[in-house]
Amino acid sequence: MIPLQLVALLLVAVAGTSVVLTRDLARQVLVNAVYGLALIVLFLVLQAPDVALSAIVVGSAAFPLILLAAIVKDRERE
Amino acid sequence: MTRTARLALFAVGAAGLAALLVTGVAGLPDFGHYRGPYGDVLNQVAVGERHATSVVAAVVYDYRGFDTMGEELILFCSVLGVALLLREHREGRARRDDPVRSDALRFFGLGAVAPTLLIGLVVIAYGYVSPGGGFQGGVIAGSAALLVWGAGSYAAFQHVTPESLVDLAEAVAAAGFVLIGVAGLVATGVAFENFLPLGTPGTLVSAGQIPLLNWAAGLEVAAAMTLLFAEFLEDVMIREGDGS
Repeated sequence: MIPLQLVALLLVAVAGTSVVLTRDLARQVLVNAVYGLALIVLFLVLQAPDVALSAIVVGSAAFPLILLAAIVKDRERE
Repeated sequence: MTRTARLALFAVGAAGLAALLVTGVAGLPDFGHYRGPYGDVLNQVAVGERHATSVVAAVVYDYRGFDTMGEELILFCSVLGVALLLREHREGRARRDDPVRSDALRFFGLGAVAPTLLIGLVVIAYGYVSPGGGFQGGVIAGSAALLVWGAGSYAAFQHVTPESLVDLAEAVAAAGFVLIGVAGLVATGVAFENFLPLGTPGTLVSAGQIPLLNWAAGLEVAAAMTLLFAEFLEDVMIREGDGS
């Protein structure tokens, strides 16, 4: 394992843990985006450009939008 | 159950899980030591057999094209489910008025719509030549529509994504993917077997019927994403209760 891969793996571990530890939902969506970015870096470092591209396109628009829509809807009901 | 009993139960469960996890991880191949034969075999034969320089595309749309058809239909059915559940009793209900008022955001956001769509189409088009393909490009193309809402207004988003057109594209693309597989079955006796000239590897005219499947997947995913965005946005944009 080269140092770059080790750093990328550690980033994923730290970011993933941060997602779980963030309790505010709207903030969690943003922390989750950072976790997605860490995963993308890991995929690129491990030479999987197709997977990295899939992660980029899903993580940049579709997934955050659906989460935010659900959160907005939920807050209105309260 | 008391707190002590719960903790004891958790400790036993956690210890068991940890033991299994450690055993499992210890049994994995070493980092970077790939054991399976399939990846190596495909890397050797895919370009020669299928004339697709992106081996991933050759695997997704040819060697396991039948699985990809299943995935296409999973997406189709999920989006259908979302539409069935959310698309109801909306006529005559008040929508939020939410046009973006910042000129800078409108200018740069709406200016990025066409380039985003173009990037999506390029990612689809070169899917079997280099990394990319119908799924990734389709999501990017769908995101271009979302940008119209994000930088413009909900009314503009509705205007560029007419429901009937999106529904039609979704259905035609899903059916098209299946029909290309059936065409292979009719022509060669094997579903998703290539039945077109293979062309020159590394160019857009290559890889037999993979470009057709790739574009069908791209259209399917773009329509699915647009429909999904439209339904979720509609749900958020409709005012809760009586217009309050």
